[in-house]
Amino acid sequence: MDLADIISGDQRLAVVRQPIAHDSAVKHVTGQAAYIDDMREPTGTLHLAPGYAPIAAGRVTALDLEPILKAPGVVAVLTAEDIPGHNDISPKEVGDDPAITPERVNFYGQVLFCVIAETRMEARRAVKLARIATAPSMPVIDVDDALVANTTVLPEYAFVRGDPIVEIPQAPREITGEFRIGGQEHFYLEGQIALAIPGEDGDMYVHSSTQHPTEVQHVVAHALAVHDNAVTVEIRRMGGGFGGKESQATQWAVLAALAARKTGRPCKLRLDRDDDMIMTGKRHDFRVDYNVGIGKDGVIRALDVTLAARCGHSEDLSLGVIDRTMFHADNSYFYPTCRILTRRMRTNTVSNTAFRGFGGPQGMLFAERMMDHIAYVTGKDPLEVRKANFYSGSGRDRTPYGMRVEDNILHELVGELERTSEYWDRRKALAEFNAASPVLKKGLALTPVKFGISFTLIQLNQAGALVHLYRDGSISLNHGGTEMGQGLFIKVAQVVAEEFGVGIDKVKITATSTALVPNTSPTAASSGTDLNAQAALVACRQIKERLFDFIQETWNVGRDRVQFRDDRVIVGNREMKLGELATAAYEARVQLSAAGYYKTPKITWDRAKANGRPFYYFAYGAACSEVTVDTMTGEMRVDRVDIRHDVGKSLNPAIDIGQIEGGFVQGMGWLTGEELVWDSAGRLRTHAPSTYKIPTASDVPADFRVALHESGGNREDSIYRSKAVGEPPLMLAISVFSAITDAIASLKPAVMPRLDAPATPEAIMRAIRATTGGDM
Amino acid sequence: MRQTIRFIRKGHMVELDQMAPTTMLLDYLREVERATGTKEGCGEGDCGACTVAVGRLKDGKLAYEPVNACIHMLGQVDGCEIVTVEDIAEDDGKLHPIQAAMVQSHASQCGFCTPGFVMSLFTLYQSTDGKLRRDEVNDWIAGNLCRCTGYRPIVDAAVAASAGTRNDRFRVAARDTAGLLSFLADNDDVFIGDSDRFFAAPATVDGLADLYEQHPNATIVGGATDVGLWVNKQLRDLPKIIHTGRARGLDQVQDTGYELIIGGAATYATVEPFLAALDPDIGELLRRLGSRQVRSRGTVGGNVANGSPIGDTPPLLIALGASVELRKGKRVRTLPVEEFYIEYGKQAREPGELLTAILVPKLDETHIFRCFKVAKRFDQDISSVMGAFRFTVGEGGIITEARIAFGGMAGIPKRAAGAEAALQGAALRDSRAWARAFAALRDDFQPLDDHRASARYRVETAHALLGKALIEAAGTSTSRTRIVGRREKVADGSR
Repeated sequence: MDLADIISGDQRLAVVRQPIAHDSAVKHVTGQAAYIDDMREPTGTLHLAPGYAPIAAGRVTALDLEPILKAPGVVAVLTAEDIPGHNDISPKEVGDDPAITPERVNFYGQVLFCVIAETRMEARRAVKLARIATAPSMPVIDVDDALVANTTVLPEYAFVRGDPIVEIPQAPREITGEFRIGGQEHFYLEGQIALAIPGEDGDMYVHSSTQHPTEVQHVVAHALAVHDNAVTVEIRRMGGGFGGKESQATQWAVLAALAARKTGRPCKLRLDRDDDMIMTGKRHDFRVDYNVGIGKDGVIRALDVTLAARCGHSEDLSLGVIDRTMFHADNSYFYPTCRILTRRMRTNTVSNTAFRGFGGPQGMLFAERMMDHIAYVTGKDPLEVRKANFYSGSGRDRTPYGMRVEDNILHELVGELERTSEYWDRRKALAEFNAASPVLKKGLALTPVKFGISFTLIQLNQAGALVHLYRDGSISLNHGGTEMGQGLFIKVAQVVAEEFGVGIDKVKITATSTALVPNTSPTAASSGTDLNAQAALVACRQIKERLFDFIQETWNVGRDRVQFRDDRVIVGNREMKLGELATAAYEARVQLSAAGYYKTPKITWDRAKANGRPFYYFAYGAACSEVTVDTMTGEMRVDRVDIRHDVGKSLNPAIDIGQIEGGFVQGMGWLTGEELVWDSAGRLRTHAPSTYKIPTASDVPADFRVALHESGGNREDSIYRSKAVGEPPLMLAISVFSAITDAIASLKPAVMPRLDAPATPEAIMRAIRATTGGDM
Repeated sequence: MRQTIRFIRKGHMVELDQMAPTTMLLDYLREVERATGTKEGCGEGDCGACTVAVGRLKDGKLAYEPVNACIHMLGQVDGCEIVTVEDIAEDDGKLHPIQAAMVQSHASQCGFCTPGFVMSLFTLYQSTDGKLRRDEVNDWIAGNLCRCTGYRPIVDAAVAASAGTRNDRFRVAARDTAGLLSFLADNDDVFIGDSDRFFAAPATVDGLADLYEQHPNATIVGGATDVGLWVNKQLRDLPKIIHTGRARGLDQVQDTGYELIIGGAATYATVEPFLAALDPDIGELLRRLGSRQVRSRGTVGGNVANGSPIGDTPPLLIALGASVELRKGKRVRTLPVEEFYIEYGKQAREPGELLTAILVPKLDETHIFRCFKVAKRFDQDISSVMGAFRFTVGEGGIITEARIAFGGMAGIPKRAAGAEAALQGAALRDSRAWARAFAALRDDFQPLDDHRASARYRVETAHALLGKALIEAAGTSTSRTRIVGRREKVADGSR
């Protein structure tokens, strides 16, 4: 059966497209869903607490751990000398990120040693007893410091089309701007954790709350100096990941495994929340400088932008992250001539890492800010400017990296939202409100999202799955994707249940394990379902192929007369339970297990030439946000949000809406209340929920309207023509930032408010003062 | 004296005679009971993942309140019922209405915060009747963070579960549970440990004062919403804990007609209706202060006594002209709240001296009162700047007295002496007096930069808040001056 047939026969789908609850929903609400810290520990399990550098840069000149060893409950202290293999947790194994730094300190919070004790509290208390002597040097803290010091983790990289330096001044109008984009703490509710259990022959079994079990396996093996096959990594579920457990879960698993090796006992490391926030990386923050030439119509002629990112002390995933910033610096807009330059700055701060959107949101925020800038200085409505610059037909459909936008639905999607959100009526009403309201000012903005789907590191676009059909007709499902709450497991299970025509209850979802499906990619880039559901489908089809052959031989019925549905198998005129068929097939010695494999077609990317088709397709969306700003205090409230988001043909609309709303609110937090503050010594001052404020329930707009965009489905041959939905909705929140800008812009015509992200009350007040010419 | 603590779990009494003084309820649940449904998200009472329901008798009736188990000392649960996420479904597995609605609404994603939400909503379910408004639910779950869902489905679930009659088995068993709890409610002092390491909860104020005088180096614990962090985050060893919550009468509020006498151990939840009745702004301030979990255990006395420069109640109490009552052994003295604060980290409380009450004069018709809280987040955030204003207006609209106090502007909660003087004797609408007050305010404070706000923003915001107070006092509707906490709306119960 061809996928196109499935689409045309949508009405026959019994499980796919249904709003089925998350597979663990009942376990979540009853407290029965077990996370790693909830597992019953093996007898004799020891607990770890890392001790970290009290300076941001310099050297440790003396480390006296004797007082720790005398403390109650302490069994041992792990140091760099205890590492038999590689002391490097960097994802690409470039050697710039030690698990335990031997001497040189690159950021405040870098691990110097790790206490192993009978209880977690004993380990944590003992950490404080270390006597650490240091020789500090001058740290490089933020992007500006790094630009001055010219410290980088990677060479700069640009997409260039034409010659903007020549063309910008020739445009009728030239606009120059600069602004800052803040980082973001993941704040997964379950902090970083790993439990390592030593086995025979030097084997290590690691439970790790990770989005990338295969990488944990590799790095643990290299640290222990054993083969990959000696290490098994398992994860049933994470209490949130958001990118923060893509590369940065590894260190804690490595330390637990090293301690287990050293002591011969199971070892668990669960980071305290404050330590977690101090010691793990965040979304990259940026300084953006742009110069754009536009026509009288507000359409961009040529553009030159430099985006400088704080990468932290090591490379980590910054290459891919900052590349993705470039891939989305166009968002939905055609740049005829452009240079998109990125600088990847090295600082003495924790290494920044993946975070939902993977650099894309920062690129997109730049594009939207530039649209606002064009609108306010030319006196046009921002939505008109946006629409005038959209990618469109031939000649205006090629991205700065050479890929044609073939599946463009921006015009219809945005047009629909413009209508349903009553943008123009509200625009008028807002102007009237603002004219009559001296203190409170409202703002409105409608912004689009176009997000490229595929890992831009091409090799990661592959996946494996393992499906077993048992003799009673029950099915076991395993694949390389990890569950962090996004609903991947239920979506893949839906696809499998649909294939065999059984209810979802017949499909057993099993923990991700490197022993079952090897060489997996991280669950990231929104690709989890696209890759793993396809691999699972392939596995199911292999088993079904064998069953079709068996049916042909046994009952002489061709596959065209066989159906798997309603918990039955219909074979010609005969009907049987799946279990009966499985049993019969088993007795005839038919293999009822299969490993499926999938790789994304069509994609290419030549980074050196900055050209190719890195994305299989684009996911689209748009949001319209209305806010009220208190111009006396800078406080802000989001009053109403309308969202229209493209998920192709949804595999599970309930899960998809959850991703859209959750992503939006997380993005709103990034751009409003969530502020990371480092002091001049490089210490993070916002390292707990008491000081770092993610949105609460009352921050969600009281009027929140979310619709799935009814399109014909993904044009590409994705799983059931659905589209990836993990990351794109986060960027819908840029509409809130633009709406705040709009409210401030109402104070003075023809001035672009200088607003930096996040738009905290203080940032808003600063922008208000800058706009009205006051002092602040 | 009783050398055990006793509480109810799953319908049965649990009695413990061994307990480290600072053992937290969460550790007991997860490590002793192995009831791992309740999670630790932050260990400081800010994320709510560890929320459990604590049942206790209030005026003879069973009431369930949400509590952050991570910063709740096990000794504090003496005499209470503890209900966790594992306990609320029926024995046959049928979900509690809150749980069923959460599943139905797709209200969990990663699921780690979910037990805390379920238990917060469980207490909401038990505490109310009739269909809930979304803003009521938002308030109730302000102390629960979810990073996945965006909250909408969680609020949907709460609203949906509130639509039916509230007849879960906890309601059905309420009278029996109340009976069990009254059986536990004895008049004994609780003391576990020896004279070097102990957890004590005297049953009387006299007993409390005597014990503290004997052990002036002990740590006084009201709700433990602050002390819990000393244990979990600063890893302090606190060998002697004296808990105030058992001292009879100390957790009450008395209304004498012209003043409120707030007992030193009265929780925010107990105090809230009394203070909110003075002025809607105070109700709004208390709604936004901490979270439901923090307010159900945290005490106003503790907020005043620990002397934080960013606590929200001290500026409020200073503007209201309140005093504190301090007791050491048998000696009792009072002093105005502003005189209690000497400098950062230093209060006028002697070793062994206990804060036993706060005396708050009520507002009368000559007073115009306003207070404002400005923070990065509206709910459950510590203020960047908090301002409280009481203008006494005499004949001819003349301000006869101005009491203006700010938090976040100095090392202590402090009055704006210069601004007060500039307004004293001026007409309420005298814009020149306003200008003098604004100018004076700049000299009243030299705030600091920190991660919450810059000094500059604090100065600007203090100015803005004084301006707002004056504009509103002069008659402007708060629908034109505020985006949250509008007085018109607070008065009619919605926001």
